[in-house]
Amino acid sequence: MMHEGAKAVLNPQDVPNQRKSKKLFKKIVRNWQLYIFMAPALLTVIIFNYVPMYGIQIAFKNYIPALGMAESKWVGFDHFTRFFESYYFWDLMWNTLSISLYGLLVGFPLPILLALAFNEIRTGPFKKTVQTVTYAPHFISMVVMAGMIITFLTPSTGMIVNLLEAIGITPPSFLTDPRWFKTVYVLSDVWQATGWGTIIYLAALTAVDPGLHEAAILDGASRLQRIRHINFPVIIPTITILLILNMGGLLGVGYEKILLLQNPLNMEASDVIATSVYRTGLLEAQYSYSTAVGLFNSIVNAILLIVVNQVVRRTSENSLW
Amino acid sequence: MVSSIKETKQDKVFLAFVYLILTVALVIVAYPLIYILSASISNPTIVAAGEMWLLPKDITFEGYRRVFQDSSIWNGYMNTIIYTVVGTLVNLVVTLPAAYALSRRDFVGRNIFMILFIVTMFFGGGLVPTYLVVRSLGLVDSMWALILPGATSVWNLIVCRTFFQSSIPRELQEAAEMDGCSNFRLYFRIVLPLSTALIAVMALFFGVGHWNNYFSAMIYLNQQEKYPLQLVLRQILVLQQMSAQAGTIDATMATSLNNKAEVAALVKYAVIIVATLPIIAVYPFLQRYFVQGVMIGSVKG
Repeated sequence: MMHEGAKAVLNPQDVPNQRKSKKLFKKIVRNWQLYIFMAPALLTVIIFNYVPMYGIQIAFKNYIPALGMAESKWVGFDHFTRFFESYYFWDLMWNTLSISLYGLLVGFPLPILLALAFNEIRTGPFKKTVQTVTYAPHFISMVVMAGMIITFLTPSTGMIVNLLEAIGITPPSFLTDPRWFKTVYVLSDVWQATGWGTIIYLAALTAVDPGLHEAAILDGASRLQRIRHINFPVIIPTITILLILNMGGLLGVGYEKILLLQNPLNMEASDVIATSVYRTGLLEAQYSYSTAVGLFNSIVNAILLIVVNQVVRRTSENSLW
Repeated sequence: MVSSIKETKQDKVFLAFVYLILTVALVIVAYPLIYILSASISNPTIVAAGEMWLLPKDITFEGYRRVFQDSSIWNGYMNTIIYTVVGTLVNLVVTLPAAYALSRRDFVGRNIFMILFIVTMFFGGGLVPTYLVVRSLGLVDSMWALILPGATSVWNLIVCRTFFQSSIPRELQEAAEMDGCSNFRLYFRIVLPLSTALIAVMALFFGVGHWNNYFSAMIYLNQQEKYPLQLVLRQILVLQQMSAQAGTIDATMATSLNNKAEVAALVKYAVIIVATLPIIAVYPFLQRYFVQGVMIGSVKG
């Protein structure tokens, strides 16, 4: 204390700073238990998220497990050029992007429309039933979903195949014809995710001011007009944010499902960057090459997210940051 | 929504259209589910011929009998229950306290920690580097490989933090601190008891995630006896490998079920029901909580 006082005389500017840092220190000590609360989460994130980021260096090396990460030789961008120059590079890019965009185009507007429709009808048994049933597929696992798709589309015995035959359409070979893969993938996603996707919009719609509707009714506005001019504007921020997040994930298609639906016959349409990372990395043990491809994928994703966010920020006030 | 004085004709037509759309949505989603349920107890020959459309025909429980006799399915079921229970507990024990600490304004360093967590949502090491870390820790072929890497869910962490910030009155915490209550006591005696709805939501989200997870089991587990249900299902439903028992057809059923492929299909329908029923059956009762969870998340999404 004495010491501190003496110093203060010499340089008065230090005093607030020192008091501040002392207060900060006291705050840290008083809340030491909160750091214990943090520890497990921080530890698992460091070990399983940050240590692997350090491991990305093998993308620039010729990683040989026996030598270890540090001893393996640097090769610069060799793995990247090998990937860019491979004959399947453009196929992978095309499949990844087209599946994502197809899914976005079909799958993104539907939850919005369904949520607006839910919002129009009175709360009651019908609404509850439709909601409960349409949310349910969200809980079906990827494996069961793939199993359902395969079973329903199996030639001559599957439900959908039989249904098409019953109305006089000759069903194509959905599972093996590459031209059908993307449609099967996207439509099954729509079936599984549309209902659940309405929840976030329904939450946003609760913010609509009922007074606006009353006023609009007095002015003779129709239901459709009220949806367009009152309800829809309220959910635009939510739509924007979800769109940005979706665009950022364009190269991150749900590979877990693709992996299950993939077979040698539909490969030319179903192989995406992520499935190729899995195959080359874990099945063929080309660790460095696979890491390079994965890194390329995450960098493109990050760039897409930033660019889309910038564009949205220029044109409206709803952006992620 | 708003009950108007009188609806115009145009509005009535529009409303009828809305009901029509919702009915169509209901049918499209419900039909495949009902079909599977019916197919799982119908004569597979009739199902394969496309003659069973909605209600079960020529009822047989042979599919379920085979599923319940299959030791690999039972083993997978047991494994999944263990992984789900332990995994969910770990998720809760790791995520909730951290979220609480991050919700406290007087917690020095919260912004730095927050950034550390959020970065992982947008960028990661990728499949192979993560696999190499798990392998170097000796976790391959251990259930911890399915539990520890995802122990902290950053998305759920943010949801919990938002909940603690908005739903636990600050005055209550400040008063407790004035009385010399430690952070541990504060958390266990005051914060957690006030957060039962949140804990339920999180337990459900994490639980469903573990129950349905197949990918990390596929990459980290090699031993068949450690497979969770989803990997066993993958063998039956996707890779079309029939388990050993299903190949042997017992005498009484042999005449009606002589087609192996049809028996296989019957088993598939039954196994889909057996694997999904626990979640689909409890879900309507917990629906409120699920929806609440998404809504808490959307406040600061």
